Amino acid sequence: MSVGNTAAPAPLANMGEPIRRSESVAKVTGRLVYAADAPGQSPLQAYFLTSAIARGRVLSIDAAPAEALDGVVKVYTHLNAPRRIATPYTQKGGYASDTNMPLTGPEIHHDGQIIAMVIAETYEIARDASHRIVTRYDATTPAATIDSPGVDILHPDALAEKEKKAGDFAAALAAAPVKVEGVYSTPAQHQNAIELYSTTASWSAGELTIHEPSQFVVELANGAAAMMGIDPSKVHVVNPYMGGAFGGKGFMTQRTALVAGAARELARPVRNVVTRDQGFTLATYRSETKHHVRLAADHDGRLLAYGHESWEMQSRHDDYPLAGFGVTTAMYGKPAILTRVNLVKADRQTSGFMRAPVEMPYMYPLESAMDELAFALDMDPIELRRVNDIRESPIDGARFTSRSLMRCYDEAAASFGWSKRDPTPGSMREGDWLIGYGCATAGYPTHMAPATARVTLSADGSARVEVAGHDSGQGTYTALGQVAARELGIDPERVHVAMGDSRLPAAPASSNSLATASIGSAVKLAIDKLRSRFGNALPDDRDRSAAFARLGVSEIGDLGEFLPPGTNPEVLGMLRKGQVPFANQARGDESKNGKPLMFAFGAEFVEVRIHRLTREIRVPRMTGAFAAGRIVNPRTARSQLMGGMIWGMSSALLEATEIDEKRGRYVNDSLGEYLMAVNADVPRVDVIMVPEEDPEVNPLGVKGIGELGIVGTAAAVANAVHHATGKRIRDLPIVMDKLLA
Amino acid sequence: MRPFAYERPTDAATAVALASVPASAHVTAPVQYKGGGTTLIDLMKLDVMQPTTVVDITAIDDEAMHRIVPSDEGLRIGSLVTMAKLHADPSVVRDYPLLTESLWQAASQQLRNMARLGGNVLQRTRCLYFRDTSYDQCNKRVPGSGCAALDGSNRGHAVLGTSDQCIALYPGDWAPALVALDARVEVLGRTGKRLIAFADLHRLPGTTPHIETSLSPGELITAFIVPGGPRRRSLYRKIRDRESYAFANASAAVAIELDGRTLRDVRIGLGGVATIPWRAHRAEGMLRGQELTEANARAAAEAEFGDARTREHNGYKVVLGKATMVRALLDAQAMEVPR
Ligand SMILES: Cc1cc2nc3c(=O)[nH]c(=O)nc-3n(C[C@H](O)[C@H](O)[C@H](O)COP(=O)(O)OP(=O)(O)OC[C@H]3O[C@@H](n4cnc5c(N)ncnc54)[C@H](O)[C@@H]3O)c2cc1C
Ligand code: SF4
Repeated sequence: MSVGNTAAPAPLANMGEPIRRSESVAKVTGRLVYAADAPGQSPLQAYFLTSAIARGRVLSIDAAPAEALDGVVKVYTHLNAPRRIATPYTQKGGYASDTNMPLTGPEIHHDGQIIAMVIAETYEIARDASHRIVTRYDATTPAATIDSPGVDILHPDALAEKEKKAGDFAAALAAAPVKVEGVYSTPAQHQNAIELYSTTASWSAGELTIHEPSQFVVELANGAAAMMGIDPSKVHVVNPYMGGAFGGKGFMTQRTALVAGAARELARPVRNVVTRDQGFTLATYRSETKHHVRLAADHDGRLLAYGHESWEMQSRHDDYPLAGFGVTTAMYGKPAILTRVNLVKADRQTSGFMRAPVEMPYMYPLESAMDELAFALDMDPIELRRVNDIRESPIDGARFTSRSLMRCYDEAAASFGWSKRDPTPGSMREGDWLIGYGCATAGYPTHMAPATARVTLSADGSARVEVAGHDSGQGTYTALGQVAARELGIDPERVHVAMGDSRLPAAPASSNSLATASIGSAVKLAIDKLRSRFGNALPDDRDRSAAFARLGVSEIGDLGEFLPPGTNPEVLGMLRKGQVPFANQARGDESKNGKPLMFAFGAEFVEVRIHRLTREIRVPRMTGAFAAGRIVNPRTARSQLMGGMIWGMSSALLEATEIDEKRGRYVNDSLGEYLMAVNADVPRVDVIMVPEEDPEVNPLGVKGIGELGIVGTAAAVANAVHHATGKRIRDLPIVMDKLLA
Repeated sequence: MRPFAYERPTDAATAVALASVPASAHVTAPVQYKGGGTTLIDLMKLDVMQPTTVVDITAIDDEAMHRIVPSDEGLRIGSLVTMAKLHADPSVVRDYPLLTESLWQAASQQLRNMARLGGNVLQRTRCLYFRDTSYDQCNKRVPGSGCAALDGSNRGHAVLGTSDQCIALYPGDWAPALVALDARVEVLGRTGKRLIAFADLHRLPGTTPHIETSLSPGELITAFIVPGGPRRRSLYRKIRDRESYAFANASAAVAIELDGRTLRDVRIGLGGVATIPWRAHRAEGMLRGQELTEANARAAAEAEFGDARTREHNGYKVVLGKATMVRALLDAQAMEVPR
């Protein structure tokens, strides 16, 4: 067992070396070049003016005062916008993360929609000019929250497959002796990566080069080509480094084509940097959800019924459904199950990925309800999980490739000191502070997407890995280098990894925690091919030059193509066109046709302290234990898991995008007002990596860890708050207001 | 940001001469002083403030504006002293903990290194509708336009000292401590120096929320004078959503003197709940000469918040404000005080 706050935990069984991230020194010394810093070109600057209403029409827009400013080159509105071709929604075969195409007409569909784009010689002039544009609106009352009058509530047939069912729920519930029921909600949240969204577009001889932070450069290149009406081979996206992404940079937004279109018309490179507040409305985000959960059990805690109906906030024009029942029904027991998801269509922008997009909002209510059930049963919450730990799916009996949930609980509980907990709410105190302990399960499916990668080995013993993958800060450069080094039998320092370029071999989006598993598997397959060229044994230092001499080359490269189990080779073609979402992935939470479930699990423990008078909540410590197959690098893995837990805590207590209900607008759209945890909020986080082997999931035996840590934390915090105070807060975030009420 | 002229005078008289132009209020004047600029430049970028001339006062080489001097009339603190310098001053830390704790818990170290105390007390509200010019309604920004916060998002808005025209919170942490200590402000105008009570510096919003202070356009704050002291049994309690780098949901600056359990003197300034730095006169009156018990403190807090007016999202501030005041008093009582 490895516990404690050491940045580079010593590797246990089935773990690689905790080497440092290859770009870390450059990163902390400010030497990495990010998209908006791309040198040369002296681009024109584009600044967006965004709508002050959430619904209605632009009646008139007077750009003359802006155009009169020295240095303003052009003001685009819906009357003269650059030419673009609409592309369908990403999940409908197109490339747009939000299909509401700005500057195509006077209609406004959400707060902060782009209504004009000012192009000027400098950023400051463009921003100043934008403030001088006079807009008149015809505003209509928006419907912008789940409970607002005027929203449409849909229940699309297409989601039926995701609505898991088993047995006779109504009968099982009616007959059960112990029941709990609650309505839970999670707020809208925004990724707020430190690196702002930006696009720099330049044209040369009919070819378009784009510098833009992207978690999916292949999709961005193909999407930009589609919207510009040119061949995808004429678009080059370059983006080697990102300052955080968290899903916000997942798929192409409408901004790219606006900027590229302006650059084409004006025949000059154009750059747009989205401001912090604009970032709240000009990218996808985590939308709010509401859940009605019912759990019933026998007196020993065995689950008899699980009912879960949810409501998810959506834009009017696109559906981004989560329907996270594949995850929740893979957790416990063999209850009768009834689930249903409702899409709430409102005057909002389209939502999308944000760390554990599905699992975070769906595991929070389940894990809270499990704690409520344990309390109703007068049972230890860990024991309730133990009684309901499973080897197979309650839906269809599918097995798990591996499942170490209770080992995680036992290791984390021992390290945390759970045995010191007096289960009576409000019973533990220190001076004026009420103390509460809470725990919850983390679970994340092991997804995989098709991926390709080229590996080139040189006679001098160095190697190159080339792939159009991405590192938004999680350590993919380092992990892929380690995977290649291990397979090649060379030192990781001798491997150079190139990523973030759409002309490299195609890789899927860096999302769903699938990068290391999918791209790493492609790297391994490429090296397997290289090995066969050398008669099934790669040469080592002593015979390498001789082996290369025999082949008459100084370097040798090959392409690995990874197809997730159960997918057909056509998916590689789709990948190269940047059409990856879902249809061509292998999903860990789907168990069709005898496919086993693939999941990483964890257990999280939280201590809260709440002042008896003023009721502010502080979290002095958290402990999490996780089992996720092979750990390629315990240092980067620990930092991902720790970051996830910190964010989970932050989203339990602080993070929420506030919406002015009457106006349908986000109000706290700055880092000053959108609070997230700072260092002082997280004194101690212990991460335990529980060794686990799962050779079945993929050639590397790797499960995703990027999102695992954030799942369950919010419930652990809420459960601890209940333990400290006896109050059950079912809507996040748990701010002091709710405890003072 | 709109283009502006930039001046950097080296003496106070020149600064005042540059800034003394006709205007309806100090904050809306076309010439604005810049200390650290952490309020002013932010608001200029947001297009909320649009000065045509910015007079940088940090180069004024008048010693008295840069120094902290204990004297017979009390503590004299120059207006160009940075927040960081004051909260790191060992003798002030010892003798006036409420003055240093309130600064230490404000903003971040980077901001405290930049910001000057003159600008600090004049920092402007964080009301989201005030800071975003895309909202039409804000009486403070555009007199007569209405107030979006009344029926909007108002969790962070004031419950004391409000009007039907404006419920914007005074957000600063240091000013509640100054108001509790009966501080005075030394101001230089074109006709010379004057002293005003700190309690008179900020104005209730009433029907003119755009007039925030009693300063005339061009008047320059040169120093703060804190009479009496030392105030060793004093502290600042700030309750906020997160542990650092956040404005107060409620705060209390208290300075007390005890005879056994009896309050010989009690001074309370409240932050995070009112439109101006709030002196809790009513509570002080009830507590002075009484025993400091939790029950007495609660009764005084009840009385102080008796006139509170809440809106849809800020009702909790009344409960929290009272609890914070009680906690601050009890904590001050329990404090170990160096002799
Ligand atoms: C992200 C952030 C977080 C913050 N958090 C907190 C917090 O938690 N608590 C808190 O108390 N504060 C907080 N602040 C506010 C901060 O303390 C103030 O911005 C700062 O103290 C202002 O000082 P300055 O010197 O930068 O003022 P400036 O911006 O230079 O000036 C502010 C105003 O005062 C005028 N002015 C300046 N000096 C004088 C003078 N000598 N005489 C007359 N007029 C003058 C200027 O013209 C201007 O209108 C925060 C600020 C930011 C940006
Ligand atoms: S509370 Fe005051 S500052 Fe805020 S919107 Fe209303 S008038 Fe403007």
